[in-house]
Amino acid sequence: MLAYIIRRMLIMIPTLIAISIISFTIIQLPPGDFLTTYVAQLSASGEGIDQAELDALRHRFGLDQPIYVQYFQWVWNFVRGDFGHSFEWNKPVRSLIGERIALTILISTCTLLFTWIVSLPIGIYSAVRQYSWMDYFLTFFGFIGLATPNFLFALILLWFSYAYLGMSIGGLFSPQFIEAPWSFAKFIDLLKHLWIPVLIVGTGHTAKFIRIIRGNLLDELKKPYVTTARAKGLSETKLILKYPVRVAINPLVSTIGWTLPELISGIAITAVVLNLPTSGPLLLSALMSQDMHLAGSFIMILSILTVIGTLISDILLAWVDPRIRFGARESA
Amino acid sequence: MNEEQQRLEKYLNASTRQLVWWRYKKHTLAMVGLAFVVGLYLAALFCEVLAPYDKDSRFFDSVYSPPSQVRIFDKDGAIHRPFVYETILDIDMETQKMSYQENTDTMYPIKFFVRGDHYEFWGLWRSDVHLFGVDKPARLFVFGTDRMGRDLFSRCFYGSRISLSIGMLGVFMSLILGVTLGGVSGYMGGWADSVIQRVIEVIRCFPSIPLWMGLSASMPPHWPGLKVYFVITIILSLIGWTDLARMVRGKLIALREEEFVLAARFAGAGHLRIIFRHLLPSFTSHIIVTVTLAIPGMVLGETALSFLGIGLRPPVTSLGVLLKEAQNVTTIALYPWLLIPVLFVIGIVLSFNFVGDGLRDAVDPYSR
Repeated sequence: MLAYIIRRMLIMIPTLIAISIISFTIIQLPPGDFLTTYVAQLSASGEGIDQAELDALRHRFGLDQPIYVQYFQWVWNFVRGDFGHSFEWNKPVRSLIGERIALTILISTCTLLFTWIVSLPIGIYSAVRQYSWMDYFLTFFGFIGLATPNFLFALILLWFSYAYLGMSIGGLFSPQFIEAPWSFAKFIDLLKHLWIPVLIVGTGHTAKFIRIIRGNLLDELKKPYVTTARAKGLSETKLILKYPVRVAINPLVSTIGWTLPELISGIAITAVVLNLPTSGPLLLSALMSQDMHLAGSFIMILSILTVIGTLISDILLAWVDPRIRFGARESA
Repeated sequence: MNEEQQRLEKYLNASTRQLVWWRYKKHTLAMVGLAFVVGLYLAALFCEVLAPYDKDSRFFDSVYSPPSQVRIFDKDGAIHRPFVYETILDIDMETQKMSYQENTDTMYPIKFFVRGDHYEFWGLWRSDVHLFGVDKPARLFVFGTDRMGRDLFSRCFYGSRISLSIGMLGVFMSLILGVTLGGVSGYMGGWADSVIQRVIEVIRCFPSIPLWMGLSASMPPHWPGLKVYFVITIILSLIGWTDLARMVRGKLIALREEEFVLAARFAGAGHLRIIFRHLLPSFTSHIIVTVTLAIPGMVLGETALSFLGIGLRPPVTSLGVLLKEAQNVTTIALYPWLLIPVLFVIGIVLSFNFVGDGLRDAVDPYSR
């Protein structure tokens, strides 16, 4: 098991390097460097900046160096936890994104748990009672859930609650808590608002998971060992929960790998619609104003998060499914 | 008995294509999806004729007009062919609230092949005939109008044209990338395989929307619409090809050891010929399924980017650009018809999924 984890972590290194190169490229893509934007902003507000000061700034941020030196400098700073400087906010990037990233992680974890808790019983039900009207209803509902993109669902929900329930469901905190420091009351307030984005982002994935569980379980239920167990007189509930369900869950663990990027994508855009204080809206405004250090750090951190998530899912899978563990030992 | 024999004979003599079509026809939802997709593509092709107004023609006195009420009963309760009344904008001077009153004096029946806005059909010839419409001064706004008094019904079809074409073009580019890279990876194996697989892994672990946002936001704002359109398509397909490449690779690895490949090699066929003449045709159906299921993702990607304001920009009209108007809660609470493009998006995504599922069941020889 340990050998497998170490091997798996070694594979991560080239992935992380590639991610950092892509993120750095995105930072560099807009014409000019970020000081150009800064100077444009200053002159727009009527302030000038003289050439000597500009050169000093250029030197300070290493912009006078060749591009690969800038890259290594950026990565090195990143590793040390210095994510650069946001010109739009005139603050270090780190102080801006910390809480937002934490909230993104919180929402994605909750959504993942939500999708599992909801989809597991429903998936088992519709497999065991295949072609019942409930199965048809859930399948239909699942298709709608799959086809409605998160942000449009958010939009519809937002409109519905505003027009018919007379309340606004945007945001993650009540107005009095937005600027308040963290306290127990604020946490409770957060929980009250959290279910909406969780529901919105989770619906599509719940539908997908129900289909996966249903399909797998249907395959398993046809296998001879189920008939054997039934012939031996095992009760139906115990029989289903103990053997076929355990096999049918496996792919669910392995899908965390591609679920996480989708969840984080979904949260990013839902957050813009619902005006959540997570990474999405700030990333968007950073991209709009070409505040590239902020935007690049966001993209880099979100990607690293998914890589770590995939790592955790692989380790979980190896723990659940011994075949993977032993396969790894042979080749290691 | 004889009839049954005939049927069996017909079954045994049928080509693969016919068998697939027969099996596909049994799938009701897939047929519904196919009808919707074909209908919408036709509508998108002929939207100049179908739409009662041009996508950019503005009615300054019909801003945020609700959908026209099509009636068959007049004010005395007599039945007529479908007609509308002329609507008159009424602004409450105190509250600045706009409302539309119907003038029930004259009826304006809905006519077919009426003359209206001029258009250039596919850039080939000029015309002004529209499939349906009403005489002036009445107006037919099937889905209402937007902030600038433009007909939403017409704009929805013009928007579908752009959104659907992005889906097609993006999938086409993904197809080229996916088949080429997946083909090299599966057929050659070795270091090329490992490199391509690593690249796919890296791309797949990027959260797509933040990456798309980053790439498309770096387009300079002064670029013309057409250029933005192509770059957006390229950005979408840069991520979309990985599924296809994985599928092609898996199939090629399974097939390359088959005898017919060996036979082709002995007959002196080159690698490219083997891949394109012998291997790819043996799983074209699977490629079609994957491609069909990839189109909704492209449409959604474009919608999401344009909705956020970093994708296509007006005057280019796509479903996402239309939805950008509906971003604000208060706007949609007052003018809920601005959400109608959502139904188009959901319809497109849903029917492509149905078609893809139906195809998958139909082409899979192991399914019943």
